[in-house]
Amino acid sequence: MLRKIRICLQIITMTLVTLLLLGIGFQVHLWAGWVAKIQFFPAILALSFGVLALLIAATFIFGRIYCSVVCPLGIMQDIFSWIGGKVKKSRFYYAKEKLWLRMVCLVVFIIAMIIGFAPVTTLIEPYSAYSRIVNSLFKPLYDMLNNWLAGMDAANDRYNFTEVQIWMRSVTTFVVAIATLVILGALALWKGRLYCNTICPVGTLLSFCSRYPLLRVRFDKDKCKSCGMCEKNCKAQAIDFKEGKVDYARCVVCGDCLAKCKFDALHYTAKKPATQPKPVDTERRAFLAATAIAGTTAAMAQTQMKVDGGLAVIEDKVAPKRKTPITPPGSVSARHLQRHCTACQLCVSSCPNNVLRPSTDLQHFMQPTMSYERGYCRPECTRCSEVCPTGAIKPITREEKTMQHVGHAVWIKENCVASEKGISCGNCARHCPTGAITMVDYEGPNGTVQVPAVDENKCIGCGACENLCPARPFSAIYVEGNEMHHIN
Amino acid sequence: MDRREFLKHIGGAAVATSVVLSACKSEGDETPIAKNVIDGQGEMTYRTNPNTGDKVSLLGYGMMRLPIEEGGTLRDHPDSPIDQELVNQEIDYALDHGMNYFDTSPAYCKGMSERATGIALARHPRNSYYIATKLSNFSPSTWDTESSKAMFENSLKELQTDYIDYLLLHSIGGSTNELDSHGLFNARFIDNGILDWLVEQKAAGRIRNLGFSYHGDIAIFDMLLQWHDEGKYHWDFVQIELNYLDWNYADEMNARNTDARYLYEELHKRGIPAVIMEPLLGGRLASLPDHIVKQLQEREPETPVARWAFRFAGTPEGILTVLSGMTYMEHLEQNVATYSPLRPISAEEDAFLMKIAEEIIELPTVPCTACNYCMPCPFGLNIPVIFDYYNKCVTEGKVPAGNHEAKAYQEARKRFLIGLDRTVPSLRQANHCIGCGQCKEHCPQNIDIPTELHRIDDFVEQLKQQG
Repeated sequence: MLRKIRICLQIITMTLVTLLLLGIGFQVHLWAGWVAKIQFFPAILALSFGVLALLIAATFIFGRIYCSVVCPLGIMQDIFSWIGGKVKKSRFYYAKEKLWLRMVCLVVFIIAMIIGFAPVTTLIEPYSAYSRIVNSLFKPLYDMLNNWLAGMDAANDRYNFTEVQIWMRSVTTFVVAIATLVILGALALWKGRLYCNTICPVGTLLSFCSRYPLLRVRFDKDKCKSCGMCEKNCKAQAIDFKEGKVDYARCVVCGDCLAKCKFDALHYTAKKPATQPKPVDTERRAFLAATAIAGTTAAMAQTQMKVDGGLAVIEDKVAPKRKTPITPPGSVSARHLQRHCTACQLCVSSCPNNVLRPSTDLQHFMQPTMSYERGYCRPECTRCSEVCPTGAIKPITREEKTMQHVGHAVWIKENCVASEKGISCGNCARHCPTGAITMVDYEGPNGTVQVPAVDENKCIGCGACENLCPARPFSAIYVEGNEMHHIN
Repeated sequence: MDRREFLKHIGGAAVATSVVLSACKSEGDETPIAKNVIDGQGEMTYRTNPNTGDKVSLLGYGMMRLPIEEGGTLRDHPDSPIDQELVNQEIDYALDHGMNYFDTSPAYCKGMSERATGIALARHPRNSYYIATKLSNFSPSTWDTESSKAMFENSLKELQTDYIDYLLLHSIGGSTNELDSHGLFNARFIDNGILDWLVEQKAAGRIRNLGFSYHGDIAIFDMLLQWHDEGKYHWDFVQIELNYLDWNYADEMNARNTDARYLYEELHKRGIPAVIMEPLLGGRLASLPDHIVKQLQEREPETPVARWAFRFAGTPEGILTVLSGMTYMEHLEQNVATYSPLRPISAEEDAFLMKIAEEIIELPTVPCTACNYCMPCPFGLNIPVIFDYYNKCVTEGKVPAGNHEAKAYQEARKRFLIGLDRTVPSLRQANHCIGCGQCKEHCPQNIDIPTELHRIDDFVEQLKQQG
């Protein structure tokens, strides 16, 4: 029973988290966004004391159910572990808790968090590890499906799916995601919840609360025939059947042991049971076809247009070197983003304008940064601020967005088609949503032309000018980030 | 009485009734009772060229939008070869049904039109058709005397003939950034002495009729007719744009253009036969908004919408032939039926079409005929397709309008934006128009292309911001 409930909850959580991360449309962030916001580490970063209190209280009562049914990385490991069980049955054995290793990992994690060393925190934090896998590996596959459906829609004059660009936002993040999947998958196939019970800082933190939970798995020594099936099937390696003991610091309350016990010697209760319920049905059940993992490099940047003979070839834009990276509206400042972001990539995969991508800079490792080669931060969009579970990008309204100056535009004379080639343009000024660009007369090699002049006080750094500038591959006007967003 | 006879009686009675009823109707502005009309029951209508006595079919074949092997026209697949087999079939059908005027140019279909026309026509006796082609003026590299002569000689070769029935100075009245309309005309046809050379060729019998096609600056048109009056040059025919929209409203659509009525009347009073181009205005008069289609169909439910435009263009007596660039066999069949024989537009119908024209010019469409002369845009925009998409949405009533909060509005908005992305890749959309204006000089319709693109861009941006 416990196992069945656990599996049902796992399916719900996993489906919601994955759909949310895939960005399937249908306003998914409105009805599934909560599942990211109840994740433990994002809740710490968001200072959601209510959520934290709830999770801790639940752990005191039920044990580490969080690790079983809320954490998507835990669920993913369960899937691998289940596959491992198909290959080799009853393969686990009891091992002592390596508390020193858990403590070292936790301390390193906390120090990295305090000094703001993103590579450590983002690499081992479980929620962002999973979301990166979805974002880097599954999202391109989903997008291909989406584009296929969009093609069918277009052929049949329907309007449910829109074609999206599939492109590699960051090679580093892609490699990290593959490595995470391979390492964790192998560990789980071999040793079940090893990661959760040694490295994972959330697991370690929660284990402090779950050492004496109200409800726990208890042995009925009268009924136990010491067959050892419980121990051999405990993926947390937390059951010592000889001693008749369970290490609650590592038990994730999966219920496998209860299901495996043929003698009804294990119960999940508040106190020792007096009577016995009817025997647990142990039929085999298939519940989740594990998604086949494509090991191929998926997300190659796709060419967006078919080039016909009658059309000029359009060169791709190349990102300029920005002295200060641009951070999304709502993230307050580079420092705020860096301190609160767990690099889960939810904002990256949600960005409908292809602006956000993971940073490769070590200090902001895999945290979002903005660039405008494929689109710009459109005035009507506040999607990243709506989805962010950690408060790294605070929720903002459209009106607030127009007052947050995330950067300022800079004109580069050498690239400008007006000043250098004498072609009348002004596309930057025409598309500036805040009217920050004025075209002024300029004496160039081709006579008097109009060139852009930027009023930095009005510029919000949205990148419309940079994106729509005809100069390629480098735009003649680009945005420099503001270290801290100016508000006015 | 068998069934067929019975139906005939009923039909006859219905026609009789409708005649009686329409006779009874007062001059009120009620919709007339629908008439049952079947066109194409007789012979092709012909007009006589007063200069040569040529009996020219009222429907002329424009060889500008020939079918291609991949389906559609070169606009859809710019690198496809012409579907010669279908061209042959179409020309056979045209000749079989009394058509005898074929209009091509060295510039049409990326330069492939003359050859395809020549191949198809050479399979028939040379005296069974008239060929019209042009001294085109597209690229300054063809402007010197030798190149111009070579262009003419090459036309003869491609068309597999030793004389041209109708030769035109191509598209006079245009201008470029460097040259105004007089400057361009002089540079192209006068300074190099080519017009005089053509007159010589006419005397030598290699050209039977010499004329010009006109778009743009009216001063050039007037000047050439003045030369005609003074006897400086004789124009055997002139090709003009005429349709029920341009008749009175050409300058309303675009201040730089001139009403077709003026052009026609200037020619007619001099006895110069007019060849008509753009009778459908690039197909726009064939795809009209529902409320206008309804008015046309309420009069004649069985008459295709485009037929009204063809009947209008063929009605004035000074018109020699009406050119239609027919890609598909079905269009050819339909147009042949329209003029076999012509049912002239009555005074009452004329007034009705003028009312329709008034309604059409109220639409915010762009008067683009998709000739593709503006392409390629150096900044990669797909100009004709952007205009086509916008026009289609306007005429089909798919432009979001009304209460922004309403569900219908939001649905229309979504469809408009998704449809736009499907039709034009985002990097080729109107927001990438920088307004350099290089396209403007190429547009025979004198459309202020950058201004129109910016108007569409503003509209799209406004839609996006409502998301």
